[in-house]
Amino acid sequence: MTKDIYVYIEHLRGRVADISYVTLAAARAITMKSGGSVVAVLLGDHVQTLANDLSANRVLYFDHPALAEYSPKASQDAMVDLIHDNMPRLVLFGDTSIGSDLAGTLSGRLSLPLVSNCRSFEVQGNILKFTSQICGGKIMVEGLIPEPSALVTMIPGSYKSEIGKSSKPPVVVWEKLIPWEDKSIQFRGFIEPDPCDVDIAKENVLIAVGRGIQTQDSIQLAQELANTINGVVTSSRPIVNLGWLPSTRLVGRSGKRVKPRLYMACGISGAPEHVEAMVESDVIIAINTDPEAPIYSLAKYGATIDLFDLLPALTENIRISKTANNIQGNG
Amino acid sequence: MNIIVPIKIVPDLVEELKIDAQASGFDQDLLRFNLNEFDDHALEQAILLKERGGGSVTVIAIDGKGVEDILINASARGADRVIKLTTDSANDTSGFVNNHALAYMLVPLTQELEPDLILTGVYANNDLDGPLGPLLAERLGYPYLGYVVGVAVSNRSALIRKEFSGGLLAEMEVRLPAVLGIQAAEQPPRYVAFNKKRQAIKTTVIEERAEQDFLHITGPVIDRLYPPEKTRKAEMISGNVDVVAARLVGIFTELGVI
Repeated sequence: MTKDIYVYIEHLRGRVADISYVTLAAARAITMKSGGSVVAVLLGDHVQTLANDLSANRVLYFDHPALAEYSPKASQDAMVDLIHDNMPRLVLFGDTSIGSDLAGTLSGRLSLPLVSNCRSFEVQGNILKFTSQICGGKIMVEGLIPEPSALVTMIPGSYKSEIGKSSKPPVVVWEKLIPWEDKSIQFRGFIEPDPCDVDIAKENVLIAVGRGIQTQDSIQLAQELANTINGVVTSSRPIVNLGWLPSTRLVGRSGKRVKPRLYMACGISGAPEHVEAMVESDVIIAINTDPEAPIYSLAKYGATIDLFDLLPALTENIRISKTANNIQGNG
Repeated sequence: MNIIVPIKIVPDLVEELKIDAQASGFDQDLLRFNLNEFDDHALEQAILLKERGGGSVTVIAIDGKGVEDILINASARGADRVIKLTTDSANDTSGFVNNHALAYMLVPLTQELEPDLILTGVYANNDLDGPLGPLLAERLGYPYLGYVVGVAVSNRSALIRKEFSGGLLAEMEVRLPAVLGIQAAEQPPRYVAFNKKRQAIKTTVIEERAEQDFLHITGPVIDRLYPPEKTRKAEMISGNVDVVAARLVGIFTELGVI
């Protein structure tokens, strides 16, 4: 049984996704204990330069015009044969729009076990264990990864992406792909986010609302606070899914990643898909009535106070403070 | 347009989730279930497509706590048929579902119904072996796309919008029949008025069908469950609203945002 770990390198529009470096870092950590090689699998059309900073023992590169744009069917074809022929101990993917689709499809087609939402691994002799985070980050599950081969989708949190990068270009092996002429899924084009709205990734102050805001009307309370401090209102996934804010305001795995000076999370519990996109904010303030909310493990300040009392009071206090400062300044 | 929506119940995250004494599952006394929120969106998208282009919507659920009420609700929202699958393990209240086994279980009925489109939630909060959608698609030999936020159907294909990181969308064309993992319907799931629900309670016929279990399908083996380590880092600001507001004004001033 091979101990090699294959890592699917996700990229879009000329950039390797950060999660792919995280998965490479995880593969390195495992192989350091268990032996075996880290094999990165890169698919695309004239994107071989993306291999340059991958920290892997070797990169298997599939170059084909059919892989030029997001092309799930051609990617599946390449990966099915590769996994079937080599049966690596693990094949790692990011738990993302691309990785989750691909891993799920491959698991079904190859009848290989799949572990999702994996955060970390532990090697105990010949046993390989996973830890996944489920139920919105409220539950950790530890278990065994079935042998001989399994697919895993990973979420960030335990491995640093820098470890998955290398300044020394790896060995690149060119692989042949003969995609089956399958036209069942065809890429038509990208649709850019609404250019009329603000780019929340460039904002300094974000007031984020989650399920705890309860009604669409209540978002106005956050908006009024944001207005007083030149901030922008953003949200977690449920608010966008309810249609209360446009998707341009979504902070999360499929939304924007943000690093503002101040991120104030109002009524947000801290599900992993939200956290991974805002954890690099300079200062996080969390307001949530649940003292056990996972958001408190990364916030710098927190308060379990009722949002509907706090937001108007805070807005009013800021107005008073600004007026006082103006008077002082003018005096 | 014949649309199937397989739905799942999942642990209600609003309620407290307690782990049992053996650390092998959830504490059953406290565990409450509700409809997977992404399945809710899948159902809404199916009803929107039916309203737009005609056809029928069939909702399929594995039997379990509260499933009948969810199926009646689906009927009140516009589902034409609601079917409950019963199996030996259907009333498993462990809080986990083996999606690989579920995909096998759904195949016979789905094939009989000859759908044009199967809409599932893109994932569920308790998924441990990947989402259901791609697994079911592979069992049926249908194409799959997940993270879908818009669907338009014409002839034998669907033009869909798939979401990527950074708010980027792609337009893709998928040949039907296909399975789509819905991230968000084009509009929020509709509210069911009380009188409509009352009517549905009287008129809905929940069809039942027994299916074979496929629990021998290998998946991750669970050793133990535990709550995330409490590494609370936040300095908690206590006091009444005025005290908290004043402290936050101080913090904002220090940060230079006021």
